[in-house]
Amino acid sequence: MVKLLAYLKNYRKECIFAPLFKLLEVVFELMVPLVMAKLIDIGIGNQDKNYILKMFVILIVFAIVGLISSVTAQYFAAKAAVGFAKELKHSLFCHIQSLSFTEIDQLGTSSLITRMTSDMNQVQSGVNMTLRLVLRSPFVVFGAMILAFTIDVKAALIFVVTIPLLAIVIFGIMLWCIPRYKTVQEKLDKVLETTRENLTGIRVIRAFCKEKEEIGHFHERTEELTNIQKKVGRISALMNPVTYCMINIAIGVLIWQGAIRVNVGLLTQGAVVALYNYMSQILIELIKLANLILNMTKSVACGNRIQSVFEICSSMEEGVYKEESQKENLPFVEFDHVSLRYNGAGDEALKDIHFSVKKGETVGIIGGTGSGKSSLVHLLPRFYDATEGEVRINGVDVRKYSLKELRQKVTVVLQKAVLFQGTIRENMQWGNKNATDEEIYNALTIAQAKDVVDGKRGKLDYVIEQGGKNLSGGQRQRLTIARALLCHGEILILDDSASALDYQTDANLRKAIRNMKNSPIVFIVSQRTSSIQHADKIIVLEDGKMAGVGTHEELLESCEVYQEIYYSQFKKEA
Amino acid sequence: MSESTLKTVWKYMKNYRVLLVISIIFAAVSVVLSLYIPILVGDAIDEIVGVGAVDFQKIGELLVATVVLALITAMCQWIMSTIHNKVTFQMVQDIRMAAFEKIQILPLKYVDGHSSGDLVSRVIADVDQFADGLLMGFTQFFTGVMTIIVTLVFMFSIHWKIALVVVVLTPISLLVARFIAKKTYHMFSLQSETRGDQTAFIDEMIGNEKVVKAYTHEEEAIKTFDEINERLAKYSLRATFFSSLTNPCTRFVNSLVYAGVGLSGAWFAISGGITVGALSCFLSYANQYTKPFNEISGVITELQNSLACARRVFELMEEDPEIPDAKDADVLVSVEGEVSLENVSFSYVPGIKLIQNFHLSVKPGQRIAIVGPTGCGKTTLINLLMRFYDVNEGTIKVQGKDIRKVTRESLRKNYGMVLQETWLKTGTIRENLIMGKPDATDEEMIAAAKAAFAHGFIKRLPNGYDTHIGEGGEGLSQGQKQLLCIARVMLCLPPMLILDEATSSIDTRTELKIQEAFGRMMKGRTSFIVAHRLSTIREADVILVMKNGNIIEQGNHDELMKQQGFYANLYNSQFDVSKNQTA
Repeated sequence: MVKLLAYLKNYRKECIFAPLFKLLEVVFELMVPLVMAKLIDIGIGNQDKNYILKMFVILIVFAIVGLISSVTAQYFAAKAAVGFAKELKHSLFCHIQSLSFTEIDQLGTSSLITRMTSDMNQVQSGVNMTLRLVLRSPFVVFGAMILAFTIDVKAALIFVVTIPLLAIVIFGIMLWCIPRYKTVQEKLDKVLETTRENLTGIRVIRAFCKEKEEIGHFHERTEELTNIQKKVGRISALMNPVTYCMINIAIGVLIWQGAIRVNVGLLTQGAVVALYNYMSQILIELIKLANLILNMTKSVACGNRIQSVFEICSSMEEGVYKEESQKENLPFVEFDHVSLRYNGAGDEALKDIHFSVKKGETVGIIGGTGSGKSSLVHLLPRFYDATEGEVRINGVDVRKYSLKELRQKVTVVLQKAVLFQGTIRENMQWGNKNATDEEIYNALTIAQAKDVVDGKRGKLDYVIEQGGKNLSGGQRQRLTIARALLCHGEILILDDSASALDYQTDANLRKAIRNMKNSPIVFIVSQRTSSIQHADKIIVLEDGKMAGVGTHEELLESCEVYQEIYYSQFKKEA
Repeated sequence: MSESTLKTVWKYMKNYRVLLVISIIFAAVSVVLSLYIPILVGDAIDEIVGVGAVDFQKIGELLVATVVLALITAMCQWIMSTIHNKVTFQMVQDIRMAAFEKIQILPLKYVDGHSSGDLVSRVIADVDQFADGLLMGFTQFFTGVMTIIVTLVFMFSIHWKIALVVVVLTPISLLVARFIAKKTYHMFSLQSETRGDQTAFIDEMIGNEKVVKAYTHEEEAIKTFDEINERLAKYSLRATFFSSLTNPCTRFVNSLVYAGVGLSGAWFAISGGITVGALSCFLSYANQYTKPFNEISGVITELQNSLACARRVFELMEEDPEIPDAKDADVLVSVEGEVSLENVSFSYVPGIKLIQNFHLSVKPGQRIAIVGPTGCGKTTLINLLMRFYDVNEGTIKVQGKDIRKVTRESLRKNYGMVLQETWLKTGTIRENLIMGKPDATDEEMIAAAKAAFAHGFIKRLPNGYDTHIGEGGEGLSQGQKQLLCIARVMLCLPPMLILDEATSSIDTRTELKIQEAFGRMMKGRTSFIVAHRLSTIREADVILVMKNGNIIEQGNHDELMKQQGFYANLYNSQFDVSKNQTA
C-alpha cells in the first residue's frame, strides 16, 4: 500500500491542505465551550448583556469560519482522492495490458476485474476519509484533553484516565468482532451457495428425490449462521452501553472534582460546564475514529491487493528482430522438439513436438479434449513460451521478434468467439484500423459472414451488444474469423473456431480461405475429421504427444488414434 | 398491497411478539432515562454556585443518581439490542427455512421462469434487508420519535421560551441536508452511470485480455480507458465533494442553534428565569436534538425499501406449490419399463401450442431416440416423463398406471437421468457419485466410474475419490463433469433411463467407448435418448423425429432412411459435405 501512495504526488498540496483546514475547523469547534464558559461566568455572572451579545457574535463567527474551513478541506480531500484513484487506475490498466498470458492465467481475469473496480473504489473512499478524518477525530479528542488542562490540571487528569479506557473498550470490542464478522460472511456465503445449488440443480435433486435431505442440510447451515450472528451481536451490542456508562461515571467524577475546586475558588461554574461539554464530545469522536481505522484497514487490504498485481511483471521478454526478407528454401514454420509445461502444472501439456510447414500449406490438428491442440498453436503468437525446444518462423526463433511484429504475422481466431460492444465495423477494424468498407466486405465474404451482416439493420453500423449477446454462436464465430482475415497475417490459426458452423458452411469457409490471394499458412484445430481431412498435413495429438503426422490417407493407414477418431465420426461404410 | 405485506410480516412475528413488546419497553425506559440524566447533571452544576457555596451532600446524591441511572440505561440498552438481535436473526432463519422448503415444492415452471440469481437474492439479500430494515428500522423509528417527544417535554418543562428557540431552529439543518441530498442526487447518478461504463469496459477488455493481446489492441484499449477514466474523475469529484458538504452544513446549523440557546439562555438567566445548570442541560439537548430527525428520515427510506424486499420474499412464499401427491397415490414397484403416452398435449405458455395429441407406446427394454432441430420439444418430452411438468391433456402411463396417480418419488426413482447441463453438488466426488445409491460400496462405485471412463481422471485428482469439488463442479472440465454424471447414474441403474445430450461435451472417441458402456447398461432397460450427433442414435429401436412439438417421422434408422424424409436429410447433411469434397 505504501508504494501506491506515490500516486498522490501530484496532489501533495491537497494532501497537506485538507487535514490542515480540518484542523482549523476543530480548533474553532473546541473554542466553543470556552466561549460559552466565559458567557456564563462573565456574562451571566456580571449580568452584562453586551458581553453576552459579543460572545454570541463570536460563536456565530466561529461557526462561519468553521464551515468555510471544513468545506475547503472536503474539497481538497475529494480532489486528492479522486485524482489518486484516477492515476492509479490508469497505471494498473496499463500494467495489466503489459502482462503475458501466463500472468493473466495466474492472476485470473475475474480477480483482475475486482482489483480494477471494487478495490479501487474502496481505496478511493479510504483516501478521502483518511484525509478528512484522520486529523479531525484525534484533534477533537486530544484537543479537548489539552484544553481541559488549560482550564484545570486536576480535572484534566480525569480525561487522561477516561480516554485510554474508552479507547480500550471501543477498540477491544471492534477487534474481537472483526474476525467474527468474517466468519459470519463465510457462513452466509455457504447458505447462499446451498440456495443457488438447489436452484440450478433442481432437476437432478428432484430426480434423485433428495429434497428432504437438502432441507436438512440447509437447516444446518442457517442454524450455524444464526448462532454465530447472535454471538457476535451480543458482544457488539455491548459497545454503546459500556461506553455510555463510562462516560457518565467520568462526568460524575468530573463534576464532583469541579465542585471541590469551585468551593475553594480554584474554578468557576462556567469552567465546569465547559469541562462537561468537552467530556460529552469525546465519545462520539472516539467511535468515529474507531470506524475510520476499520475503514482504513479495509482500504489498506485492498491497496495491498492492488500492489500485488503491480509486483507481478510480464515473464516474457520481447525481442527486437525485424527482418522481412523471405528465406525461400527454408520451411516457414518449424517446431523443433518443443515441449510446454504450464506454470504450476504437474504434467507437460506438450511433449517433444517436431514438425515443419511450408508457405501456402494447410495444417490440421486433431485430438481428444485436453490433448494439447490449443496449446500447440498458442506457441506461434507467443501466448506462451515453449519450456524446451524452439518455435521458428521464417527461420527465426519467435522469441526474437517484437510481440507486435510477431502478432501481425500470426493471427489467431480463438475458440471462444469474442466480440466487443460497438458497431460491426468497429469490431472488424480491430483487425486493421484503416480497413475500408470494401475490404471489410471482402473479409466477411470469405468468412461466410456476409449474409449475417446483410441481415442486420444498418449493416456495418449494426451495434453489437456486450459479449455479442445479440448474435448467435455461429454468427459470432464467422465475424471473428472475418476480423482475423482483415489482419492479413502470414499465418492464420483457426482454433476450433468453426465448431458452431454446420458442415456445409465450414467447408465453404475453408475453400474460400484457400482461394484467397496470398493465402496464408492455415492451422485448423478441430475435433471434426471432416474439417481437417483435406489439409496438407495433419498432426494427431494424444496427451500432448504427437501420435501421428501425415495426410488423411497416410494416417488412416498407419495411425491408430486417427483411425479411432475418424471411425467414431464416420461409420465404416461397407 | 403494503398493508397485506405488513399483515404477513405480523404473521411471521407470531413467536416473537412478546419479546418485541419487552424490547420496546426497555427502549422506552432507556430513552427517558438517558434524557433525564442531563437534567440531573444540570441540577448538580446548579449547586456549584461559587466559593464556599457548594452543597456537597446534594451534589453527591445527584451524582450517585446520575451514575445509577446511567447503569440502568446501559442495561436497558443492552437487553434491548440483545433481544432485538435474537428476534432478527431467528426470524431471518425462519423465513429462509420456509422459503427454502417452498423452493423444494415449487413447480419447475416457476423455477424455470425465474433466473436463479433472482431467486437466490430473494432468499439471501432480500430476507436480510427486510429483517434489518424492518426490525432495526422499527426500533430506530420508535426510539427516534420517543427521543423527540421526551426531549420536547423536558425542554418545555424547563423553559418554554428557550425550547422554542431549539424547536424553530433545528428543522433548518434538516432542510439543509435535504437540499444537499437533492442537489447531489443528479451528480451521483452521473457518477454511477459513468462508473458503470467504466466497469463494463474493464469487464470487456480485461475479461477478454487474451483477445486484446492477440490483436495487439492494448494501446487503443488504454486510450479509450483513459477517456472514460477522465470523465469519471470529473463526475466523481463533484459527487464526492457535494455530498461531503452535508456534515459541515448540518454542523454549522447546529452551531447556530447552540449559539442561539447560549444567547437566549444567558438572557433569561440574567433575569433569573433559568439556572446555569438548566442552561447546560439545554446546551446538551441542543447538541443531540438533530440526531433523531436525521435518523428518522433515513429510517423511512429504509423501511420502504425493506417492505419492497419483504414483498419479493412473500411473493415467493405465496406461490402455488406443485400439486401434492394424491393421498391414495400408489408406489411404483417392480417396474419393467413399459411407458405409454396417450393423446398428450402440452404447452408452457397457454395459447402457444407445443406438443399436441402425442402418442407413443414403449415396450420394456426399448431404446427410443428423439431427434429434431432446436426448440422442437425434445427436452419438453423429458420434462413430462419425469413429471417435472404435468401434461395439459391426455395421460402418461408407466406400467399401465397414470403417473399422476403414483408418488413422484417412486416415479423418479425408477428413472436414471443424465442431462446436458451437468450439475454436481459441492462436496467430494464420492458424495456425488453415490447420490442415487447412498449405501453403495467402494467397489460398486469404482466399477461404475470405470464403466463411465471417469476412473482414470478421478485417480489423477489430488485426493482421488475424496477430492472436494466446488460449486457447479468448479475445476473440472465440462467433459469430466459429464462423465461423473454418467457414472452417477451407472451406479444406481434404475429400470428406465433418460439421456438428454448426455455426451455432448465429450470427444467422439471417448463418446464411442461410453456408448458401448451405455449399450451394456441399457440392455433390458427402457431408454430415452436425445442427441444431435446422429451417429449416436443409429441403433435405437424407435427414432422419433420431432418438429414443432409433433412427431413427424417415426421408425428405426433403416426405415427412416428409406422414407427419404426429414431424418434422411438431416442424416445426410452431416456426411454430404465431406463426400462432395472428396469427389
